[in-house]
Amino acid sequence: MSIGPAWYLGLAAVLFALGAIGVMVRRNVLVMFMCIELMLNAANLTFVTFSRVLGDVGGQSLVFFVLVVAAAEVVVGLGVVVAIFRRRAGTTADDLHEMLG
Amino acid sequence: MTGLVVIATPHIRYLAIIPEIVLLGGAVLLLAGGSLVERQLRARVATVATAAVSAAALGVSLWQWSDVTSHGAFTAVDHAVVVDGFSALVNVLVSCAMFLTALVADGYLRREGVEGPEMHVLAMVSASGAMIMASANDLIVVFLGLEILSIALYVLAAFNHRRAASGEAALKYFILGSFSSAVFVYGIALVYGATGTSNLAQIAGFLAKNVLAADGLLLAGMSLLVVGFAFKVAAVPFHMWTPDVYQGAPSPVTGFMAAVAKAGAFAAFLRVFISSFGLLRTDWQPIIYALAVVTLLVGAGLAVVQRDVKRMLAYSSINHAGFVLLGLEAATARGVSASLYYLFAYTFMVIGSFAVVTVLGRRGDAAHDIASYRGLARRQPALALAFAVLLLAQAGAPFTTGLWAKLQVVLAAVDHQVPLAVVAMVSAAVAAFFYLRVAVLMYTPVPAPGAAPGVESPAENAVALGAGARGAARTPASGEADLSTPGPGPGQVDAAPQLAHARAVWTGDVRNVAALDRLNAGLLLDRDPVTLALAGASVEQPAPPAGLGLGALGEGGETLAVADEVMATPVRVPPLSAVAIGLCLAVTVVLGFWPGPLTSFAHHATLLFVP
Repeated sequence: MSIGPAWYLGLAAVLFALGAIGVMVRRNVLVMFMCIELMLNAANLTFVTFSRVLGDVGGQSLVFFVLVVAAAEVVVGLGVVVAIFRRRAGTTADDLHEMLG
Repeated sequence: MTGLVVIATPHIRYLAIIPEIVLLGGAVLLLAGGSLVERQLRARVATVATAAVSAAALGVSLWQWSDVTSHGAFTAVDHAVVVDGFSALVNVLVSCAMFLTALVADGYLRREGVEGPEMHVLAMVSASGAMIMASANDLIVVFLGLEILSIALYVLAAFNHRRAASGEAALKYFILGSFSSAVFVYGIALVYGATGTSNLAQIAGFLAKNVLAADGLLLAGMSLLVVGFAFKVAAVPFHMWTPDVYQGAPSPVTGFMAAVAKAGAFAAFLRVFISSFGLLRTDWQPIIYALAVVTLLVGAGLAVVQRDVKRMLAYSSINHAGFVLLGLEAATARGVSASLYYLFAYTFMVIGSFAVVTVLGRRGDAAHDIASYRGLARRQPALALAFAVLLLAQAGAPFTTGLWAKLQVVLAAVDHQVPLAVVAMVSAAVAAFFYLRVAVLMYTPVPAPGAAPGVESPAENAVALGAGARGAARTPASGEADLSTPGPGPGQVDAAPQLAHARAVWTGDVRNVAALDRLNAGLLLDRDPVTLALAGASVEQPAPPAGLGLGALGEGGETLAVADEVMATPVRVPPLSAVAIGLCLAVTVVLGFWPGPLTSFAHHATLLFVP
């Protein structure tokens, strides 16, 4: 039994769903970051798979854009977390309740 | 695969992306130059430089516009970027927003003691992201523009590190924003898989030539794109972040975010769905229809119950997003130009409103209670008049751009979706209520201390109440006329607090609501009629004589009395903020009286590719 593109697409979909559920369920900000990274990498895997299926190198080049953006996002996100939690004990999102939402 | 693969680099026509280059280049130069200049000099130099760069960006955007109208639209950078009337108009809009924000931010930065070029630099980077989104002709370029816009905004939201709310807003915005970006990228991946390209024009071409037998992949990708865009434009049910972020972010940043992020995201939303997926409009129109209906209703409905001006304006911006969605739902050239017109009018109204809110926020940027706007017209007539006009314009009053904006989107919707237009009108009526409430409150005089009629002032009652009614004693010492229910006897007092409560909610009198809530909670604990009577009396407590009263009321009353005194002093309006508010007002009113130029501007701002 050969492993075709559908497997990769399925894996990507599962990873994306795991990431999305993780962002909604987990309460630690750092774990939420990791889940967002998981979602972005699921998209990358989908890009590469389709690029291979379509025989188009464009899809693989898109991955580089997404990687760079993900790195920039993490830099900013961790900066914000450090700025906020310098005065707090843990990185739990539930502790952030100054405002109503 | 042996041999060297040579990848041809595309020819880059720099004139096609000149507004973005001006803003980004200005940001980099300002950041580099800012570190070389003395600190005292830095603030003013940064503001002047930013205003100059924004004016230059405005100039080149207008040049682009004239170029497009005389030579026609074109694509550049290997068809990744498109220059058409649509992108030129959004570039003009973003440049104006950037210019106004620089003026407003100057006074804010000085007041809060965080002078420096950083805020201007981040705002310019963010604005260039919005421009990239507007002129993107490739889904991945849309994504890059979205991220340039958003990442700079995450930092801007956390800009004032002394406010805890600022950091909280930034983190909430960051988590939900990057979540929506991830959803958006996955949507791009699925669309790429279904059509074999990420170029907007090529997607449209593919869909025109092929009929997909199984289009599940494409539809899934398209709906993920809708979700990503809906997050960015704050459409219900993807609006959860908006009130908290708008409230927590520094006020000038909130104005910028409300104008520029929405303009950029809507520009890309319109282009992607009308240019690329125009042929599939029967598939996505129902989704946009549903989004527009809930956005219009929830935005207007929840704005009514807000007690914080920034939260109210946040829900009002959600309501505005619903109106812009009407133009998208119509999916016609008329709808596109109506949406653009709406965004244009909205930008000036919202930046002007948040400029007033910034000025009135006082040092610390915290005085955003609706109750603190009471009597503003007496203290600061010009500021109150400006805010009233901007709020009425947002409500769609005649002789302002707000009316023409609402009229155009509703006309675009009425062409084929009459029920949607009816929902829009209903929501406009509800929205008019909460704008008018603030406007009326500003023109309601604050009653002079001790002027509350027909109230005995039994200081001994307050003493007798003791700790049980401490909450009631926190009612502002300058007795509020609203609460002076005529002397309640023990029998009738039961309903009086609820009545006063309802009235306080109605007039947006937050501190009284809080005091009455505490009072009612106390009543539930202790139903003794005598205590009730005493509690009722103490709510009506007018300003107690100094010395006796303050001692009896305790420190709560004292601090509030001091706070009231601070709130009663007029704020100093920084000259540059006054200029910004004046410009917003002028655009809103002059173009409201004389709508011709802007409407024709919007009508010529067409998309290059329309299937």
